[in-house]
Amino acid sequence: MIRLVTDDLRPPGDPPKRHLLSVGDLTRDDVERLLGTARTFETSLERHVKKLPTLKGHLIVNLFYESSTRTSSSFELAAKRLSADTLTVKSVGSSVDKGESLKDTALTLGAYDPDVIVIRHPQVGAPQLVARVTAAHVVNAGDGKHQHPTQALLDLYTLREEFDRLEGLHVAIVGDVLHSRVARSLLQAFALVGIRTTLVGPPALLPRELPAEASTDIEAIRDADVVYVLRMQNERMEAGANFVPSLREYSARWGITRERLRAGQKVMHPGPMNRGVEIDPRVADSVDSLITRQVRSGLVVRMAVLYDVLTGGPVGVQALTAAEVA
Amino acid sequence: MLWQKDLPRADLVIRGARVLDPTEGIDAHLEVRIDGGTIAEVAETVDANGHRVVEADGLVLAPAFVDPHVHLRTPGREDEETVASGTAAAAAGGYCAILAMPNTDPVVDSAATLGALVEAARREAEVSVGFLAAITRGQRGEELTEMGELAETGAVAFSDDGMPVASAGLMRRALQYASITDRPLALHCEEPTLSHGGHVHEGRVAAELGFAGYPSVAESVAVERDLALADYERGRVHVLHLSAAESVDALRRARDAGVAASGEATPHHLVLTDDAVRSLDPNVKMNPPLRAEHDRRALLEAVRDGTIEAIATDHAPHAADEKEAPFEAAPFGVTGLETAFAALYTHLVEPGQLSLETLLERMSAGPARIFGLDRPRVSAGARANIVLLDLERGWMVGEHPFRSRSENSWLLGSRLRGVVQMTLAGGGVAFE
Repeated sequence: MIRLVTDDLRPPGDPPKRHLLSVGDLTRDDVERLLGTARTFETSLERHVKKLPTLKGHLIVNLFYESSTRTSSSFELAAKRLSADTLTVKSVGSSVDKGESLKDTALTLGAYDPDVIVIRHPQVGAPQLVARVTAAHVVNAGDGKHQHPTQALLDLYTLREEFDRLEGLHVAIVGDVLHSRVARSLLQAFALVGIRTTLVGPPALLPRELPAEASTDIEAIRDADVVYVLRMQNERMEAGANFVPSLREYSARWGITRERLRAGQKVMHPGPMNRGVEIDPRVADSVDSLITRQVRSGLVVRMAVLYDVLTGGPVGVQALTAAEVA
Repeated sequence: MLWQKDLPRADLVIRGARVLDPTEGIDAHLEVRIDGGTIAEVAETVDANGHRVVEADGLVLAPAFVDPHVHLRTPGREDEETVASGTAAAAAGGYCAILAMPNTDPVVDSAATLGALVEAARREAEVSVGFLAAITRGQRGEELTEMGELAETGAVAFSDDGMPVASAGLMRRALQYASITDRPLALHCEEPTLSHGGHVHEGRVAAELGFAGYPSVAESVAVERDLALADYERGRVHVLHLSAAESVDALRRARDAGVAASGEATPHHLVLTDDAVRSLDPNVKMNPPLRAEHDRRALLEAVRDGTIEAIATDHAPHAADEKEAPFEAAPFGVTGLETAFAALYTHLVEPGQLSLETLLERMSAGPARIFGLDRPRVSAGARANIVLLDLERGWMVGEHPFRSRSENSWLLGSRLRGVVQMTLAGGGVAFE
């Protein structure tokens, strides 16, 4: 007897690849699962032997088109703690220097069959391009002024460790919001978990169309549980740019000093800091500073992200055409 | 002022079509006979005279289209477009005449460069093509071109399109000098210190995606400036690719005050908003950028009331490898010749936002009037410049290869209704 296998009985094709491109792609459940996984890894790091065999035999490529200390080192260490092989490619000294396009670089690295490509790039949408042209899971480690989703996740992790809750907290984000991918990711992440956000900074650096309370008055940080200080990017302050008249004037009006903080108000910063510009060194090193804890959270959260995209995460890349959006 | 290669003069009879020429006031089922490339008779029944008969039941016969804003990329980027490929794309889109912009390499700023293009058009152009010459040498915004000689060589108008004329003083001199040529200035209005580095309309989408904003006011202050100068110098200006509601208001006010000013809008600005940029698809990156819904509505209203007299594609071909890049690294511009009618029919006429008659007028008689070109028309004695349209049939953009050398269409993969069945340009069959 011949039995015909109908189409719906055949095994389905490959499911869509899981990526982490934007906080906007995550649900509340995704965030809870990622933070829970990170907590588990944190416990394992307290053991004598810190290496886990979880991702043995997997290849993780770190493709960095911008300088980075904490993000690139923590992704590399996260991969190593999970026993994955790692390959780090920086634009300086690679074929990128010779004018190779992002697409060609991605195809070249894709030929090694990496399981994950972690990419940082100065242009919006670069991770989406890599996701389209390679078979790897893609993790966005910062694209232009658009997104830095692992930073937002590690900040949520840090906040929960400190406050034991997320919902109902109030965070003031202070400084150069306009040029900050961290601020854009945080806004989405905070909205997802029910954290109230207030943006504070000079008028030209506060995009008026962002969906959050905003104020140019530093007094607006007063009610916040946490003051999240953004980096003042010196390169934005070139003569003639005129976003603010001078760094001196910026510090005087928006710099975070002890005098401007309430007792017990916590302070965060994504690094690297310009001590004495956006943040007083005594604040950065005070007991109310969560800055070094953010760095430690970065390691376990990135372990969780690598584990999640390779095993259970939910996120699918949406490479929509313009016509579909319209 | 327009050039085309010699096509065999058509002897045809077209039967069964709904003839629709809004400017001539015709909307009826009529038969059309063409003798030797000239419309000989338009009547209820015409004698076939032994001509080939085209059965056009269910089709619309209308004046062929005129596109006042095309980039043919020649000389310099023949890999992206040539006179032959660009005019073939135009014919496939129902156009009988197009005007090409001078921002090539080298820039069309001398009689020699313009003369070579005219020769190329005589050899290879499938439809009539006219050329604009630059306002300033090398489009550098410093010194005027020799407009007198350029006009004698055949320049239809003058434009630094792609670049604004940043200096108000130089714009004034251009208006003064262009008056001796009786040619309009076609203006790319952008205040570079306000658009500086911007890729996307400054609004919610740019703020959320982290793109440097290109605000509406970067266009509208330049439009206001140039209209004020045109008024003062009694010059003729045509505002290219309008995108912002404030610019449309300025144009309407100036026209009401008697300034000799006209304007155009593109299909993409009439159909899309900056929401489309959320796709990060480089094929929705153009200059000026897609703007907000209220801007789109203002453009549409201006097309309806005649403030905007012309629909122009701003057909801007780009090589595939240049557009296969992150949004910010990709060049500005999209193609449009082969999709303009179907895009506007599908997205504006079918949903009832624009009448078919107005669309046909703004795609043909309107632009012809602005640039002083012969108006394509369905009447005895006129050269056959007509298009046959099937408004029932649908198609998918990209299912057939483009005739353009480039494929950077914002409509790639989308379904449209409205098919160009046949184009007659300059009396010959340019496409069927």
